[in-house]
Amino acid sequence: MRIGIPRRTGDDQAIVAATPKSVGQLIKLGYRVAIASGAGDRAHFPDNQYADVGAQIVPGEDAWDCDVVVTAYPPEPEQVAALRPGSTLVAPLAPARSPELVEQLATQQVTALALDAVPRISRAQALDVLSSQANVAGYRAVIEAAGVYGGLMNGQVTAAGKVSPAQVFVIGAGVAGLAAIGTAVSLGAEVRAFDVRPEVAEQVESMGASFVHLPEAVDEQASTDGYATEMTARQEALTAGLYAEQVARANIVITTALVPGRPAPKLITAEMVAAMNPGSVIVDMAATTGGNCALTVPGEQVITENGVIILGWTDLAGRLPTQSSKLFGRNVVNLMKLTTPAADGEFVLDSADPVQRGMTVVKAGEVTWPPPPVQVSAAPPPAPVAAPAEPAEDPAETAARRRRRTLWAAALAGVLFLLIGSFSPASLLGHATVFILAVFVGFYVISSVSHSLHTPLMAETNAISGIIMVGALLQIGSGKLSVTIMAFAAILIASINVFGGFAVTRRMLTMFQKGDR
Amino acid sequence: MLPSLVQTAYIIAAVLFVLALAGLSRHETAKLGNAAGMVGMVIAIAATVAEALRSAERGPVVTGVLILVAVLIGATIGLWRSRTVEMTGMPQLIAMLHSFVGLAAVLVGVGSFLDTAHSDLAHRIEVAIGVLIGAYTFTGSLVAFAKLSGRMKSKALMLPGRHVLNLLALIAAIGCTVWFALAPQFPFGLIALLAIALLGFALGWHMVASIGGGDMPVVVSMLNSYSGWAAAAAGFMLGNDLLIITGALVGSSGAILSYLMCQGMNRSFVSVILGGFGEGTGGVQEDRDYGEYRETSAPEVAGLLERARTVVITPGYGMAVAKAQGPVAQLTQLLRDRGVSVRFGIHPVAGRLPGHMNVLLAEAKVPYDIVLEMDEVNDDFADTDVVLVIGANDTVNPAALEEPHSPIAGMPVLEVWHAREVIVFKRSMAAGYAGVQNPLFFRDNTRMLFGDARERVQDIIKAL
Repeated sequence: MRIGIPRRTGDDQAIVAATPKSVGQLIKLGYRVAIASGAGDRAHFPDNQYADVGAQIVPGEDAWDCDVVVTAYPPEPEQVAALRPGSTLVAPLAPARSPELVEQLATQQVTALALDAVPRISRAQALDVLSSQANVAGYRAVIEAAGVYGGLMNGQVTAAGKVSPAQVFVIGAGVAGLAAIGTAVSLGAEVRAFDVRPEVAEQVESMGASFVHLPEAVDEQASTDGYATEMTARQEALTAGLYAEQVARANIVITTALVPGRPAPKLITAEMVAAMNPGSVIVDMAATTGGNCALTVPGEQVITENGVIILGWTDLAGRLPTQSSKLFGRNVVNLMKLTTPAADGEFVLDSADPVQRGMTVVKAGEVTWPPPPVQVSAAPPPAPVAAPAEPAEDPAETAARRRRRTLWAAALAGVLFLLIGSFSPASLLGHATVFILAVFVGFYVISSVSHSLHTPLMAETNAISGIIMVGALLQIGSGKLSVTIMAFAAILIASINVFGGFAVTRRMLTMFQKGDR
Repeated sequence: MLPSLVQTAYIIAAVLFVLALAGLSRHETAKLGNAAGMVGMVIAIAATVAEALRSAERGPVVTGVLILVAVLIGATIGLWRSRTVEMTGMPQLIAMLHSFVGLAAVLVGVGSFLDTAHSDLAHRIEVAIGVLIGAYTFTGSLVAFAKLSGRMKSKALMLPGRHVLNLLALIAAIGCTVWFALAPQFPFGLIALLAIALLGFALGWHMVASIGGGDMPVVVSMLNSYSGWAAAAAGFMLGNDLLIITGALVGSSGAILSYLMCQGMNRSFVSVILGGFGEGTGGVQEDRDYGEYRETSAPEVAGLLERARTVVITPGYGMAVAKAQGPVAQLTQLLRDRGVSVRFGIHPVAGRLPGHMNVLLAEAKVPYDIVLEMDEVNDDFADTDVVLVIGANDTVNPAALEEPHSPIAGMPVLEVWHAREVIVFKRSMAAGYAGVQNPLFFRDNTRMLFGDARERVQDIIKAL
């Protein structure tokens, strides 16, 4: 089958759906790849690089006339019209927001997979363009903000005095939000973040930002599909207060709040913007779907009366076209691996697979959107607690019985010892005293040995148990030849222990070195 | 005057031995402790040699030459081994040294019987016990040595009715002891004593052969303990307090180590000693579907490490097998130079010897203050960016805490899964020593890096 990679014409559309590397991988999967001439130019992938890996360079419109067409942006109506009936389109389609596009695709009798409708389960993350693009966009949002912000991002102590770090407030801790947090933190800014899902606080903190909690506990929003849902009125009032407070003290605000299939929630009102310091920056990453800030103009930079700069860029990922294209291309390859199980260049859609089913918007002219819901949490439902085979015993009773048994055993041992002892020669008892006391000394001394020194400890005890040589030394002078021979052998092997043990202990101990910091 | 001098020397030596073991409790005093042990040994042996020369029936010159020759040969072998042994081969060396103590105890015991003209009942019982323990220690350690060095399969030997066999051997040994104690006349006494030795050899061989390779930390500690008890028994039969004290110190040291190891596995000492673990348990557990695991590549791991701020490495026996400690140390140094906090988390039973991992890492020049015990590091996993699990399996298995019917349920484990990313270095998806599948591999934040640990770590270093 032939995969077509068309060229995009729009000014803000720099991402290409395949890089020379990903084309190579697609060819390895058995496909032929036709790439529109100049498709990769804006992402800095010239035609000859594609040709080098075996792609066919075709005139622009020919790329639409393929078995599978992959694009990095939703197609225009006339482009949909150029699709061959029975072919497959793979693109971000925003199916929930663009019913007319879905309708047209169905009329065109094609199959359409939405790269931005991948179910949010971990297995599917490898082909989720929203995640990969949001990650890049989050990074770029901070860079854009830093570009127009009039101060330093990091705090410094200079000869001229102290510089405070920029205060960054990030709303929404999804992929984009976390990427923005990470970037801002690594630039040295002081970052706070908020998300309506309190369970992400841990992730936020792990990125080095502090999570802003609501003043009082609000019913947690259990998210079952991986996206935040819209909030109740009560929550809204509480969070609005929080936003007002945080936005007013921030130098840079980055908003990433999206609700799938609906316009972005308006979180930052004109009054909140008015309360900000002049020169502060708002980057509205939700501008594509209307923006989180009331004053955002999608695709524009707005400077308010009080000097606040609002960036409504809708192509943040596209501003890093090389990186974004690489990630996009990789997502596409991962999808193709899934839909080309035999690696023979045949595109096979498996509707039983929740990932593929979730992405399928139109199947052979039939609208299949929206898909049945997919549960994100793959964990199996908690296993029923197996009933114990026998009625559980009262732990207190068990303990008491064990105590009684120990007591009996101790008493028995004591009596036995008394009996043996009273029939033993006095010299034996003297030795027994030494022995028992030595056992206790050993117990207390060894108990405090550091765990990391257990191997040297064993080598050391090996060496000192070579003391058994003492017995053999006293026997070697015996008049009996057999005893002398045995004693000789015993001295020999015991001295292996003594010398070997001490030497190896010493060798190990010199290895242990304390770090220099 | 000489006997008193010898006794005084013994007291000094005993004190120095106690100080030697006490010194090993901390890194700062460990070398001093080792020195104390050496001084004690020199004092004890010098005093004994003086006494031996004085009382020798063969004359001081012949005796002296014999002693010198024996010690010189022994010293040469010992020093040569200690200098050439690789740290990965440490468990074998230790097991070998245990076997020597056992054999020496047998020889000294038999010699003591032959050498004593009028041995009384108590003495004969002491001899019998000393020989039995010594013999058990000898063959048990030899088998442990063979298993650890790969000369014998580390799988547990499962003879039918092995418990009965052990019991019969033990009863026979007791019978022989009674016979020996009551009828010491030549040749029956000697035959009985040799029978005891043979039964001890058989018991030691069979019992250790029935224990699988993963339980070797317990076995080696136990044999350490027995070598001490054998020395103590020799002390009883010779009436020598220094031997008794030293034997008791070594014996209790081994006993404590065995206890710690058993705790580390949440198993009773008896169940380890009776052997057979990890063989029959496989069929009991249900085959649960944990989902799919995800693979990663060395460059990806390098990327993760580059961005990480805190990294914990949890090595296991697999690191020793792959001899990966050198590259691991190099990786550690590389990351630390970049300001990444790198620490090691060591499970008590990681490796084949108590403290084995610590020695391996020390050899590779990893500073010991970043090598932490399980309890010290377990709470920190939640704040850790990346955990590298290198050649460990059962010691990082969440099933131990989450599945009450798992064979390893209740075993304390390194809770690596709380970290943000877990990278597992493994040769294949095979189960660990306990024969239990590890749900960790299927977690969302876990990625598998297959292949030889040494090569993979080197790949990561290259990618960095």
